[in-house]
Amino acid sequence: MSALTTPEVIPEERRAGSRSLRKAARRPGPSGYRDKKSLGLTAVMVIFLVYSLVPLFYLLVNSTKSQDSLLASFGLWFGDGFHMFQNIHDVFTYNGGIFLTWFRNTLLYVVVGAGGATLLATLAGYGLAKFRFTGRRAVFAVVLGSIAIPGTALAVPTFLLFSHLGLTNTPWAIILPSLISPFGLYLVWTYAVDAIPEELLEAARIDGAGEIRIFFTIAIRLLTPGIVTVLLFSVVATWNNYFLPLIMLSDPKWYPLTVGLNQWSQQANGVAADPIYNLVVTGSLITIVPIVVVFLLLQRYWQSGLGAGGVKM
Amino acid sequence: MSSRAIQATRSGRTRRGKQTGWLFVAPFMVVLVAMLIVPIGYALYLSLFRDQLIGGNHFVGFANYIQLVQDSKFWSSFLRVLIFLVIQVPVMLILALVAALALDSARLHAAGFFRIAIFLPYAVPGVVAALIWGFIYGPQFGLTGSFNDLLGSDLLKPFTSTWILTSIGNIVTWEFLGYNMIIFFAALRVVPTELYEAASLDGAGSLRTIISIKLPALRGAIVIATIFSIIGSFQLFNEPNLLKTLAPNVIGTFFTPNMYAYNLSFAGQQFNYSATVAIVMGVITAVIAYVVQVRGTRQENR
Repeated sequence: MSALTTPEVIPEERRAGSRSLRKAARRPGPSGYRDKKSLGLTAVMVIFLVYSLVPLFYLLVNSTKSQDSLLASFGLWFGDGFHMFQNIHDVFTYNGGIFLTWFRNTLLYVVVGAGGATLLATLAGYGLAKFRFTGRRAVFAVVLGSIAIPGTALAVPTFLLFSHLGLTNTPWAIILPSLISPFGLYLVWTYAVDAIPEELLEAARIDGAGEIRIFFTIAIRLLTPGIVTVLLFSVVATWNNYFLPLIMLSDPKWYPLTVGLNQWSQQANGVAADPIYNLVVTGSLITIVPIVVVFLLLQRYWQSGLGAGGVKM
Repeated sequence: MSSRAIQATRSGRTRRGKQTGWLFVAPFMVVLVAMLIVPIGYALYLSLFRDQLIGGNHFVGFANYIQLVQDSKFWSSFLRVLIFLVIQVPVMLILALVAALALDSARLHAAGFFRIAIFLPYAVPGVVAALIWGFIYGPQFGLTGSFNDLLGSDLLKPFTSTWILTSIGNIVTWEFLGYNMIIFFAALRVVPTELYEAASLDGAGSLRTIISIKLPALRGAIVIATIFSIIGSFQLFNEPNLLKTLAPNVIGTFFTPNMYAYNLSFAGQQFNYSATVAIVMGVITAVIAYVVQVRGTRQENR
């Protein structure tokens, strides 16, 4: 049924004491007590579904229209002709192929930023869960405190700091601030407490394995659902990042897709207005497709990771 | 909060006295200090200075804070996000709660499909969400015109000053409804089955089970979702800043505190005052988040 109840994604339920064992004894299906399907309830959910999907349908439909037919046809249905491939072609060739540069930049920021954030959060979460060391409580307090600090409150001071260091208008200005994910650390930490049995670590130590090796051969494997969850949410955060690149970057050649698309959208206004709405619509579609696909492919991981780590607070 | 995590570590056979843990924690802490603590310190430093044409950069003590307290632009922007928060957050969380309870009820057809489809908007970048909804709201090729024609009225005017907060609230709700639904749903999944069996034996109906078992089990998740939503509301920037192009007369430079701080910095070059706005908003957000957390946990013990 759901990924949540399959044993290999919630290993800690089987191992970590009687409390978890009791929890593991839940029924295989959803936790309701009646199994009669309700049409009324399904109808209510259809309303939620329509609300969630109509804007995406709108985007899909309108990416098939040319600039002229966009303005002439009804928004929720197809217009004259099918221009999607032409639009995609135009998106990638407009203004010397700048969209492709933006796409590459986004990938760079996501791979290095989100990848780095996940690595740092995983290392630190494991360290906090499985070791006791001087200053551990202080680290705990700082991490929990920093979850509450609004990221954008830091944006202006960070910008000023970076401009002193000559880092603005470089990829570092986007990557460095993305490397911190206090919530990711918290997720890995709560996950690691149950997912990695102490006995296994002790056994490895007795066998003479070093701590680094234990981490990379044993811990990482057991932490996978938690790590995938953190990675996925870091990817979303960096892929969707707008405020930081907006203030840090002035040269379009370093823009990510979000800032670039908005620049295209604003091109329709002002004195030298040159509306390219069809490219904005199609570009938006191209921007969301990769991340939607990633979410769909990895859904069993992030749903179990959230279930195991995110709600234990 | 997370006392279970601490307890579990304490009871486990860990290596006391060794500093191996720092090996794993240090890289994170170095970046945290550089990217979080240092900017905060720098912002505090900036907020105590003022850059003037005559005399240059000099120490002014709390003058920037005093100016902020008397700044009607700041307070009007603050009031706006507060109104937004008080209405949008409960609406979104209640809708998410309803959806999560429906998913958990085992009485839905195609529950798995609903779960993933309603979650999908979360994967859409905020900028793209604002662009799509901006188009939908818009008069040129949006749906508002078609909808009004259908009704034979001009009921919907998304870009007027009376409607603009609703328009923005709708975008934010669309983006985060499914995310909160998943958080609540995940919390419902770990309720022990015995509770439902006992309730069923006692003859409790659906509503009774929801009130007595499911809602109490969701308390922690609701507190977390509320805190994140409060932080999000106070930080409101992307959606209004993008809709500004479409509704320039309604959304000004100090529509939200964040837009105010942004415009002070990048249009007005008032970096010191902008840092003051950022700090004050950070403190207000942290205090409110803390109060929600303390209240949420206290009720848990009642």
